[in-house]
Amino acid sequence: MENKDLNSPGYEIPDDMQGVVSITTMDRIYNWGRRSSVWPLMFGLACCAIEMICTAASRYDFSRFGMEVMRPSPRQADMMLVSGTVTKKMAPTIVRLYNQMPEPKYVVAMGACASGGGPFKEGYNVVSGVDKLIPVDVYVPGCPPTPQALINGLIKLQELIDTQSIKQVRWYQKGELAAVPIPILGPDLIYQRDIPAIHDAGKEA
Amino acid sequence: MATPIEAPTLDFSSRFPEGVVADERKGFEGYIVDADKLIEFATALRDEFGYDYLSSVTGVDYVAEEMLEVVYHAYKTIGGAGLVYKVQVARDKAEVPSLYDVFPGADFQEREAWDLMGIKFTGHPDLRRILLWEGFDGHPLRKDWQEAYYEADVKPFKSRWPEGNFYRSEEKVDYKANVKYPGNFDPEKWVPEGEDALYGSLAKYEDTDTSGLKTDHITVNLGPQHPSTHGVFRIAATLDGETIMNMKPVMGYLHRNHEKIGERNTYLQNMPFTDRLDYLSSMSNNFGYALAVEKLMNIEVPERAEYIRVLMAELTRVQNHLFAIGMFLNDLGAFFTPSLYAIEERELVLDIFEMVSGSRMMCNYFRFGGLARDLPEGALTMIRGLAFERLPRKVDEMDRFLSDNEILRSRTVGQGYLSAEDAIRYSAAGPMLRASGVPYDIRRADPYSIYDRFDFNVAVRQNGDIFDRYIIRLDEIRESLRIIQQAVEQIPEGPIQTGKPQYQVRVPAGESYGRVEGPKGELGFYVVSDGKANPYRYHVRAPSFINLTAFGPMCQGLKIADVVAVLGSIDIVLGETDR
Ligand code: SF4
Repeated sequence: MENKDLNSPGYEIPDDMQGVVSITTMDRIYNWGRRSSVWPLMFGLACCAIEMICTAASRYDFSRFGMEVMRPSPRQADMMLVSGTVTKKMAPTIVRLYNQMPEPKYVVAMGACASGGGPFKEGYNVVSGVDKLIPVDVYVPGCPPTPQALINGLIKLQELIDTQSIKQVRWYQKGELAAVPIPILGPDLIYQRDIPAIHDAGKEA
Repeated sequence: MATPIEAPTLDFSSRFPEGVVADERKGFEGYIVDADKLIEFATALRDEFGYDYLSSVTGVDYVAEEMLEVVYHAYKTIGGAGLVYKVQVARDKAEVPSLYDVFPGADFQEREAWDLMGIKFTGHPDLRRILLWEGFDGHPLRKDWQEAYYEADVKPFKSRWPEGNFYRSEEKVDYKANVKYPGNFDPEKWVPEGEDALYGSLAKYEDTDTSGLKTDHITVNLGPQHPSTHGVFRIAATLDGETIMNMKPVMGYLHRNHEKIGERNTYLQNMPFTDRLDYLSSMSNNFGYALAVEKLMNIEVPERAEYIRVLMAELTRVQNHLFAIGMFLNDLGAFFTPSLYAIEERELVLDIFEMVSGSRMMCNYFRFGGLARDLPEGALTMIRGLAFERLPRKVDEMDRFLSDNEILRSRTVGQGYLSAEDAIRYSAAGPMLRASGVPYDIRRADPYSIYDRFDFNVAVRQNGDIFDRYIIRLDEIRESLRIIQQAVEQIPEGPIQTGKPQYQVRVPAGESYGRVEGPKGELGFYVVSDGKANPYRYHVRAPSFINLTAFGPMCQGLKIADVVAVLGSIDIVLGETDR
């Protein structure tokens, strides 16, 4: 990290101490640490996953941004890169994976499908975007997004991390963070929040 | 040119005086078999007439005629044209005898037809849903089944055309989501069917151990999120210690309703969707679909376009196999280093795809009767450089580094055996079939396009183990490079499209089955047209899906760690498996 990013403005540092002493904030150090080692969950859903692999591989190599440590276990991952079509059959699993990730955690929706259903949106087994299930931080458009676009999205995520403050992020507030309710596979996908409404509709019918 | 399948001049009237009649609808071919004669007919085809390979099983819902039809495509593994036969049953009493005992390769396909069409196959030992989940409401590929976002039967939808209005589908449905429930459904009383059917089907095993040691059998799940399942694939297995006693693949986690959407799209609109089937080899998918529709339309493809098609299809095979080998080594534990080498070469092929089609992966390059555009300047030079110089060298390099590696050999040689007979019985296709010693390659056995002009060998290996399924991919890359080398030399100048490019093609009523030798195996498209702007039925015979039929039997008795190696050697892509 360069001095200009590290030092808080407004504090004079004598010339002979430059590069040795810094005056900065907790947030900055903390964010710098996190933004430089975002560990993605190794988890590919569809076509976009192939571009994700290419982004991680020889030519594009996103380890240049501190993201190379793909973790197969959600318990060790910081970021879920939803790379592809979210289907109803997969939906409970995705939510479960998200719930298993420790905070701080981020979600990047890669591609048209993860962002909003994409070309398959009308399909009977397709969820119209992963944000119907879990909160998303960055959307990357494209079908599939090129590796450059994905890297751009990941840099956007780093920029987002830079703006956060330990005092405000939701995972450092008092109390437990509620887990996202897991949808149920019924005659169709059942979101738990809809259960009362579906129940009433069924009665009327 | 799409080679038309010659109508087989078989005379079944003496062998089957009743119960088998020729299909005489205009544009249709083959035979219509009575349901109660089906097993006898299929057995006779296999044993007496030489049609030993059951390629595809699917259903068609003729809702106006109140009838469901099951369509079978059979071939001979010694090559030649195929034979189509059909069974017609009433819609409300859709029961057909299962061909499981004659052709175990029908296993998953019949389950799919049950799942999506509601055709019951009597005698099938494990007729569960395969792509959707147990408890799902209805059979979505029936013509009268409508999804939550249903707008109209066919595209283009009135709402958007020609004014171009749009809205988000979520705004128009209940619960603001792509869901719908049966009228009197009460979620509070709903008991999910869960996985009981699956676990129940993993048959219980008696202990055969006589040493007096009592061991328990446990059931484990691998996936759907697991690094070595190549996507969202799941395996449920019963283990005795580390040994697999029984194993069932579970799929459908990427079921994107390709066929339902495809029957709503116009013919051309389906082209980009085929890209997303086997997303590693979009050009091959385009090829198969274009062949099927061209056969229906009965149009020719100009010479130059044929050459470009072959070039692209073979480049696709090269990059698919590179990726497959890289990922296979990953599965064996050589984590990512071989992949990095393989992907580096693959990127060079993708550069060519991007150059000719505008996209690295989703090429959408073929059109009915030709191609979307000609090769740009410099493309041939690049292909030449790759095919003559770089790739042969790099493939040899990979071969040298990997094939004699001791770990690779000890984990793969003799493991995951599939005999030639079993490969045929299970309808395995592509490298998997040929690695078991069956020299069946559609480019030779039933040539399409201009493959009869090139000099190449059909790669065959005899041992049917994991190692052969790995090494055969290197062989195939070399043969593909040979084809590319010849094609680059011979390619003529000329037009790349027959007639004017059209958005809306006219397709006469009838059926056709277009198949190509894709990188993963036989990729077939079964299209039924009723003369309108959209296919009436659109089915994909997906090699990734059908190759998995043999996966369970192949793994029996292996250690759990080897399952991953076997799966890697089959080389599946989930987009195609689940469609
Ligand atoms: S956005 Fe496109 S490329 Fe990505 S998963 Fe969806 S269909 Fe595939």
